[in-house]
Amino acid sequence: MEEAGRKVPLVELRHVSKHFGTGEARVDALRDVSLEVHPGQVVALLGPSGSGKTTLLNVIGCIVEPSSGWVGLDGEVVYDGRWLRSDLRKLRLEAIGFIFQFHNLLPFLDSTENVSVVLELAGYDAAQARRRAVELLDYLEVGHRRNAMPANLSGGEAQRVAIARALANHPRIILADEPTAALDSQRAGIVMDLLRKVATEQQAAILAVTHDEKIFDRFDFIFHLRDGRLENDHAETGRTRS
Amino acid sequence: MNLAYRDIRHNLGRFLLTCFGLSLLLGVVLSMIGIYRGLVEDALTLVRTPAVDVWVVESGTRGPFAESSRIPGDTREAIARLHGVTAAGSVTYQSVETLLGGKKLRLYVVGYEPGRPGGPDRIVAGRPIARSHYEMIADRRSGLALGDRVELGRNPFTVVGLTEGQVSSGGDPAVYLTLLDSQELQFELAPPAARRELARGSGPAGTDIVNAVIARVSPNIAPEHVADAARRWKHLSTMTQDGQETILTRSVVERARKQIGLFTALLLIVSAVIIALILYTMTMDKLREIATLKLIGAPDRTIIGLILQQALAMGVIGFGFGALLIRSVKDYFPRRVVLQPEDGLALAVAVLLVCILSSALGVRLALKVDPATALGG
Repeated sequence: MEEAGRKVPLVELRHVSKHFGTGEARVDALRDVSLEVHPGQVVALLGPSGSGKTTLLNVIGCIVEPSSGWVGLDGEVVYDGRWLRSDLRKLRLEAIGFIFQFHNLLPFLDSTENVSVVLELAGYDAAQARRRAVELLDYLEVGHRRNAMPANLSGGEAQRVAIARALANHPRIILADEPTAALDSQRAGIVMDLLRKVATEQQAAILAVTHDEKIFDRFDFIFHLRDGRLENDHAETGRTRS
Repeated sequence: MNLAYRDIRHNLGRFLLTCFGLSLLLGVVLSMIGIYRGLVEDALTLVRTPAVDVWVVESGTRGPFAESSRIPGDTREAIARLHGVTAAGSVTYQSVETLLGGKKLRLYVVGYEPGRPGGPDRIVAGRPIARSHYEMIADRRSGLALGDRVELGRNPFTVVGLTEGQVSSGGDPAVYLTLLDSQELQFELAPPAARRELARGSGPAGTDIVNAVIARVSPNIAPEHVADAARRWKHLSTMTQDGQETILTRSVVERARKQIGLFTALLLIVSAVIIALILYTMTMDKLREIATLKLIGAPDRTIIGLILQQALAMGVIGFGFGALLIRSVKDYFPRRVVLQPEDGLALAVAVLLVCILSSALGVRLALKVDPATALGG
C-alpha cells in the first residue's frame, strides 16, 4: 500500500510509551518506542525478561492501551492518545492473528474446529468455515490430523494447527509469542519456514517474540528491547539484518 | 459452533457426575414438595371419603379431627330430620396401636353405620362389612391382607375388604369397623374400671357416643342453612365440608406445612449456592481458554453463552434425573409423596432461574479475564 509516495507499513508505532502504576510504584514498560513492519516482513522482538517484549506485543495486539503515542495497523490509525475504535476485539478477529508459545488450542475442539471457530466468529457459516479450515490444515501439512483433539497432537502438529487458526481470517498482521520455544530445532525450522511462506504469499507482517537463538537467522529484522526502549529503532537506524 | 456442547462432550463423564449430584439435591427438593402435597392429601382423604356436606360435632369444638368431640349417638336422628338433609350417619375416629406378627401396627379406626354415610368410598378387594361385629375393612398401606385377624381392644377382627389410599393426617392407614364395634373400642371401660365404677354406685357406663354426625344435603339447599339450623336448634357446633377441609389444612397440618415449606426453601438456597460454586469452578477451569477466545476476538456474548448454556444444561439434566429418580422411588417413602405436574413445572422454572442467577458469578469472572493472560504476559 502506498501513501503519497511512502510505502505504508502494516504495523507502525510512533513514540509509544506504557507505564503501570504511579508514584514510587510506577514501572515504565515501554519508553518512546517507534517501529515499522512492512508487508512480507518477518521480524523478531528480542530482549531480556522484563524488557517490555510482551507489553509491546500486547499494545500492537490492541490488548493493552498505551499511555501515550500513536499506533497504526494496516493503514488505519487505531491509537492516538486514546483508542480510536471501540470494537478492538473485532479488529483483532479480522486483522490480527495470534500464535502462542504453548499453542493455546481449545482442548474441547478438534483441529478443524479449532480453526473454524475463528471463522464462525467472523461470520462464516459452519460449512464454509469447515471447508476453509480443512484447506488451511492441508496447506500447513497437518490435514491428516484434522479430527484429532489437541491432547493427541505432537508439539509440532499442535503449533501448525495454531498457525492455521492464526491465518484463518486472512490477517495482515501476525503476532507470535515464542512460537518455537516448545519445539526442537528441526520443528522450529519448519514452523519458521511456514511463517516465512505466509508472510511472502499473503504479504503479511509477522512479529515474533523469541529467545530462540537457533531461529535468529530466519528473521528480516531483530528489534532489541532493553528496559522498555528499542535499542535499534529501524525507523531511525534502518534495517538491521542479524 | 456451540462451544458449550463441545466442552460438555469433552468432559462428559465429569459433567454427568456433576449433574447426577445436582439431581440428588433437586430430587430431595422435589420429594419435600411431594411430601407436603401428600400431607395435605392424606389429611383431606378421610374428610372427603364420606362425600358429605355438613359436619356436626360437640358444641364449642372444631372436631373431630382438630379437637376431641363427643356427642350422643341419637344426634344422628335429630340431624336427619332437619329440612334439606337427605342422609346422615354417625362416625367415630380414633388411633389405635396393636401388634401383628410381633410387629407394632398403628391404625386409624373409623367407625360407621353400614348403609349410611361414613364408610369407605371404594373397596378394591374383598367385600363390604356384612356382619354387625368383628369384621373390618383395612387399607392396603397397613400391610393387612384379606382374611388376616387383628386384635383391637379385647376382640379379634377379620379383614374382609381392602381400600387404597385411606390414611389419617398423621399417615396412619385407616381401618373401618361398624359403629357398634368402634364405640365399644373407644368408650367401653376395661373390666376393672367398670367394676370400680359399679362399686362407686354409678350405673353401667353408656357407650352410645359418637365423635361426629355427618350429613348429605339436597342440592337445592345450601349446606350453610342446614349447618345454621343445627347450630341454632340443637346446640351443637356445625361446619360445612369446605369449613372442615379448611380446618384440616390451615390448622391440623399447618405447622408441618410451614416446616416443610421452610425446609424446601432452604434446600433451594443450598441448591443455588452449590450450582453457583459448580459453575464458578467450571469457569475457573476454563480461564485460559476464555482468555484465548477473547484474544482471538470472540465477543462477550459468545463467552456468556458458553457459561449460561452449560448452566442451563446442568439445570435441565439435573432436574430431569432428579424427577425421574423421585418418580421411581416415591412409593417406598414411609409417607405419601404426591408429585403434581404444576409443582414439577414450578420447580423446573425455579431451577432454571437459579441456574441463570448462579451463572452470574462465573460470567463475572469470565468477563474479568484479561486476554493478555493467554499470551502469558
